Order: sequence, then structure tokens, then C-alpha cells
Amino acid sequence: MPDKEEIFSKVQEILCDALGVDEDEVVPEATLTDDLGAESIDFLDIVFRLEKSFDIKIPRGELFPDNVLSDERYVKDGQITPEGLQELRARMPYADVDKLEANPDIKEMSQVFTVDMICRFIEGKVGVEN
Amino acid sequence: MRWYWIDRFLEFESGSHAVAVKNVTLAEEHLHDHFPGSPLMPNSLVIEGFAQLGGILVGEHIGFTGNMILAKVPKAQFHFSPRPGDSLTYRGQIEYVKEDGALVSGQSHCGDELQAEVEVFFANVLETERTRRLFSKEELLAMMKLLGVYEVGRTSAGEKLVPPNFGELPDPMDTAGRG
Repeated sequence: MPDKEEIFSKVQEILCDALGVDEDEVVPEATLTDDLGAESIDFLDIVFRLEKSFDIKIPRGELFPDNVLSDERYVKDGQITPEGLQELRARMPYADVDKLEANPDIKEMSQVFTVDMICRFIEGKVGVEN
Repeated sequence: MRWYWIDRFLEFESGSHAVAVKNVTLAEEHLHDHFPGSPLMPNSLVIEGFAQLGGILVGEHIGFTGNMILAKVPKAQFHFSPRPGDSLTYRGQIEYVKEDGALVSGQSHCGDELQAEVEVFFANVLETERTRRLFSKEELLAMMKLLGVYEVGRTSAGEKLVPPNFGELPDPMDTAGRG
């Protein structure tokens, strides 16, 4: 079982390969879209590379649950509702959803998708204790 | 005449890898402008060659279903630009194939010299009237026959690869590479 350091190192390598960024840009707090320039198609590529590298299965929508944000119950007038935030917390226990509390604008969702979030997700999948 | 950037397959193992050759020739008109007096094959066309090699490799592996479209080039490193008279050997291998997409990685060599390292990522787009017209299973099969896949192709078990019967096929010189 890989430890946290090994997981970060592999995630860093995957993001460098998938996004064409330099290693020193892939820091834990870096956001995938704003800092590393990821576009929608990259999320698919990243998921596939994670599956292969860690020999795990990641069902569609598990790491990046985009269907929550397209659900009218959870997003109203571009704002994530309290129910939406609750759903995101339940679906993404590895993510820092609390940072959306102050400004639940749907555009702020990109701030949740960080390098650290991916590492925490993988740690959960492979059974590393936090 | 259509848009082919590989000339012939030399190896093809279903679901695994393929080797194809691209011969660069002064008969290609675009080389007269790229550049006048100093013809160099644009490296973007090396990427297109890998897209064709990878698209065929993946399309055959998934049984001619779906619409695997080149969506992204995660890696493209070029060590020099090919010139007329060069014979490029493209080696590509499937890194993964999923329902939603596929990644193929490869290298281009000119003789023993590494010319390029490329990754091409395909997304499986939903079949619509437009995407069906862009890429049908009959067109893919016609391309594969034209490029000699079934002359060298093997299954993963090492047996000779046999083309499926899709009935009458379109002329690959008129249809392949459209779009």
C-alpha cells in the first residue's frame, strides 16, 4: 500500500503528464482549473490515469460528481443551495466543501478541485489512514 | 484524394500496439510551401499520423462501435522535423481503453533516430447524425484494408486478424479522414 508521500508523487506525475505542467506547479493547494489550466476533457484523462497508476476503479462521477451541480435541487440561480452543499459533503468527503460556505457561487466549485483533494481521494480508495 | 498521414501498417496486434510507416516525399504539395526551398514535414502532421494509427487501433479493439474522436494531445515532443526522403516509423500502443475514452502513446523514428514522442487522447462522443457521418464503421474498415492492417494484423492470441463483414464498403480514398 502506498503512503501519502508516494501518492502525492504519483498524482504529481499524473497531473504533469495529463496537463503538461511543470512539477513545481503541482503543489497540494493548486486548483486543477485555475492554477493548472485543466479543461473538461482533462478530468476524464486524469481519472483514467489515476485508475491505471493506482490499479483502482473510479466509477463515473465518483471523483468529480458533476451531476450534483446540474441538479435543480442543489443549484438555484447560480448558487449552490444548503442542500447542495450537504450533498457535496456526502459525495465528496475527501474535499474541503466548507470553503464554499462563504460564497456558494457555482463558479467557486473549481476552488474545491485541488491537487490535495485528489490525493485525499486516492488515500481513501487505497486505504491510507488520515 | 483524402487526408492520410500513414502509408501502411507493418505490425498490428489487436488491443495492444501497432507499427506504421509514413514516407515523406516531395510530391506532397504542402512541402513546397513549408518552406520554399527548405521542405520540412510539419510536426502537426506527425500528430495526425498518430491520431490515425491510434484511432484505428482503438476502433478495432472496441469492435468498431462508438465514436472515438481525437480530443486532446497530452504530449508532443519533437526532436527534429522530417524531410523529403525520410521514412518515419510510428510505434503506438494502447495505454488504456475505457467506455468514455482512450489513450495511445507512441514514438516516431527515422531510422534509429527518435523523431517524436506523442500521446493522443480520444473521447468517445455520443452518436449523433453528425458524428455518425464523420466516422462510420464501414469507413474505418475500408481505411484499415487500404492501409494493410489485415495483411499483418494479429489477434491478442496471435491468430491472423480477420476483417468483419460489413457488406459493401465505401471508397476509402473518397471518404476517410473526412472532418
